Amino acid sequence: MTELLQYVLSGLTVGAVYALVALGFTIIYNASNVVNFAQGEFVMLGGMITFFAWQAGLPLPLAAALAILAAAAVGVALNKLAVERARGAPVVSLIIITIGASIFLRGGAQLVFDKQLHRFPAFSGDEPLVIGGATILPQGLWVVAGAATVFALLYLFFTRTLTGKAILATANNRVAARLVGINTDYMMTLSFALSAAIGALAGVLMTPITLTSYDLGVAYALKGFAAAMLGGMGVPAGALVGGLMLGLIEAITAGYVSSVYKDAVAFIVILAVLFAMPQGLFGRKSTDRV
Amino acid sequence: MPLLRVEGLGIDFGGLRAVDNVGFQVEPGEIVSVIGPNGAGKTTLFNMISGAYQPARGAVSLDGEIVTGMVPHLLARRGLSRTFQNLQIFQKMTVLENVMVGCHLQERASLLADLFSTPASRKRSAETRAAALKLLERVGLDCAADKEASSLSYGALKRLEIARALALEPRILLLDEPAAGCNAVETEEIDHLVADVAKSGVAILLVEHDMKLVMRISNHIVVLDRGEKIAEGRPGEVSRDPKVIEAYLGVQPKEAGGHALG
Repeated sequence: MTELLQYVLSGLTVGAVYALVALGFTIIYNASNVVNFAQGEFVMLGGMITFFAWQAGLPLPLAAALAILAAAAVGVALNKLAVERARGAPVVSLIIITIGASIFLRGGAQLVFDKQLHRFPAFSGDEPLVIGGATILPQGLWVVAGAATVFALLYLFFTRTLTGKAILATANNRVAARLVGINTDYMMTLSFALSAAIGALAGVLMTPITLTSYDLGVAYALKGFAAAMLGGMGVPAGALVGGLMLGLIEAITAGYVSSVYKDAVAFIVILAVLFAMPQGLFGRKSTDRV
Repeated sequence: MPLLRVEGLGIDFGGLRAVDNVGFQVEPGEIVSVIGPNGAGKTTLFNMISGAYQPARGAVSLDGEIVTGMVPHLLARRGLSRTFQNLQIFQKMTVLENVMVGCHLQERASLLADLFSTPASRKRSAETRAAALKLLERVGLDCAADKEASSLSYGALKRLEIARALALEPRILLLDEPAAGCNAVETEEIDHLVADVAKSGVAILLVEHDMKLVMRISNHIVVLDRGEKIAEGRPGEVSRDPKVIEAYLGVQPKEAGGHALG
């Protein structure tokens, strides 16, 4: 029982990060129908920029804030310089543009920073907390609390504020959104900034546990994408559930079977779900009316 | 000063002159219809006026301000609103939400107040809701307010789109075939609605194929054929114009003139 609890705790920690990455996919997908494969690079930028800013002498919270802002700026640049310019191109081309951007960012990080693994100290020390016999790092609680806060704030943002609703309206029908006076280009840019900031926050929270390096984005992009597909692309609640499920499946497989198989089992479960429900757990079939 | 002035407007698609040298004016509260055979360039003209296409030639001015080729969301803020022939509805929102989105330009919102749902923010939401409901009542959709838009009939969606356009409190409303695909009863409802809106002082620019509707409610008609304006005037004058009859029927007016514009 203690064992299971242990796996659940570590699964939730990793799952919370996957959920944040999946949420980033979801926000951009909703605004533009683009699956942004550069999403993982935002996670990398969050960790790397924080580390180097902290090493340069900035206090950790300031370094983290700087990293999140810088990642958001990269997100805006990605939209303005690459995606927006290719407006009117088929979605597949846009997706390939994001893959290109991802390679570019990885290469850039390798040049600007280095190829080493980096870590900065955990926010509240490294003394594990004991819960019912199982242990969790205080940083794990930071990750879970951070993800919970982001999801709660975004829920309020999308359901209560005009800007949030304007993004939803843009996602729902861009022509109609323009007709009612919504600046849809601005909403797209805002979505990219928001996604990038969320990805960077995930990177900041996770680095003291998993370390960071210039090439860590690919793995996160893949897992976040899988989590988003599992939950249903474009549904924030799906991103949350998909991310947590993926984390739990991985942790439990690693614990009871072998950590070698954790990715395999996770992807088998995802494939099984998608065979039965191609729209994902929370996705809805979309229909166009003519 | 006219509310909308269109001068020498034109656009080409490849080598094709889709619209060339079209000009007319719309006064406040006036209903102006643009008619013409299929492919005459009516929707293209609408797309240029509403900022969906960049015109190659000519100018559009709204209340004296040049707005040629201005993007739609800025035109919406200046009081020009339109509907589409093939419906642009937020299908996954409820009927009421569709109209509430249209009301947002009139809202004075603050991000933080909304996030924390302050009393002022809640009051504003309630007011927007009430205003949207009133508009739904006006187009006869108040009973469907909480249904998802995609569940509505085609005719109902046409009226929903008009209600949403009205939510922007436009000074001029461009309606692209509001009665297309509607049955006789629905057409009649749209007829009354358009007349009613114009009476409240909103200018209406209408593209419509239903000639009975056009002749009944227009103050003024502009006739296009092959991208050019071939006639303009009051309904009675236009329907007797030989050039118009020829454009529609392609035959000598003496054979079929009397029925041409039914």
